[in-house]
Amino acid sequence: MTSEDPLVIGGQKLDSRLVIGTGGASNLAVLERALVGSGTELTTVAMRRADLEGGSGVLDLLRRLGIGLLPNTAGCRSAAEAVLTARLAREALETDWIKLEVHADDRTLLPEPFETLDAAEQLAADGFTVLAYTNDDPVLALRLEEAGCAAVMPLGAPIGTGLGIRNPHNIELITARAGVPIVLDAGIGTASDAALAMELGCDAVLLSTAVTRAEDPERMAAAMRNAVEAGRLARLAGRIPQRFWAQASSPPR
Amino acid sequence: MDVEVNGEDREFADGTTLAGLLEQLGTAQRGVAVAVDGTVVTRSEWQDVVLADGAKVEILIAVQGG
Repeated sequence: MTSEDPLVIGGQKLDSRLVIGTGGASNLAVLERALVGSGTELTTVAMRRADLEGGSGVLDLLRRLGIGLLPNTAGCRSAAEAVLTARLAREALETDWIKLEVHADDRTLLPEPFETLDAAEQLAADGFTVLAYTNDDPVLALRLEEAGCAAVMPLGAPIGTGLGIRNPHNIELITARAGVPIVLDAGIGTASDAALAMELGCDAVLLSTAVTRAEDPERMAAAMRNAVEAGRLARLAGRIPQRFWAQASSPPR
Repeated sequence: MDVEVNGEDREFADGTTLAGLLEQLGTAQRGVAVAVDGTVVTRSEWQDVVLADGAKVEILIAVQGG
């Protein structure tokens, strides 16, 4: 999007409304082309034990590309774990931004609502800029905002499913009442899903595997960039109301 | 003394500091965060923290992830 319509989270302006997760890319060269093609200014990274494979080459890449870091708490099952992981990420990466995610179980990876809300309150009180991953629950979204989250990030569908936005009305209920940016996070499968998220009033879209595991990640990244911009423009332009019967667009004879 | 590093028991000399442990392990200086017994230890304190027998040390780095 142009700088005339920036996304503002926690007082920071972002010209791109597309946040890309770095997970799932087959190698760093593929990831680099996808990130550049997406135009993103903010990307997620995960925190893991230093002895595990996977290295931190990704950090060097993101610093070289000048892309902001959004560490996540993926893998955490409790508020206590998420708070510790966030504090470690702040220490390691020198950012107080955190994508808070607390998963309830491995099969669905759905957000654990009580632990997420508890962690959000603790982290906001500790000075973090919290972007909270949550269910598409309009009540919980408000509670997270009240807890001090800088952005609320409802899922479209479970992580990695590519099922799109399963409950568009809930997303619209969330965006209609939100006082902080709403970022559609998880479930995006293809470009039309990202456009729909923006048409429903989301302020940004966060996605990973839809790009990194596409057959051509670089091309899909460009598709997502255009979809997010198109959806944003359509939202601002104001769509026509839906009608049951036809209405001629040519003048009557 | 025994110190648990990222879930593995390791032997270190008595009186080893956190900075000394990280140096012995060859841990990178940038992009790393350390917790001892569940509490984050900031970089500026690494020199000052003397590890106790049975301490649990977690060393984390950033990796690719959504």
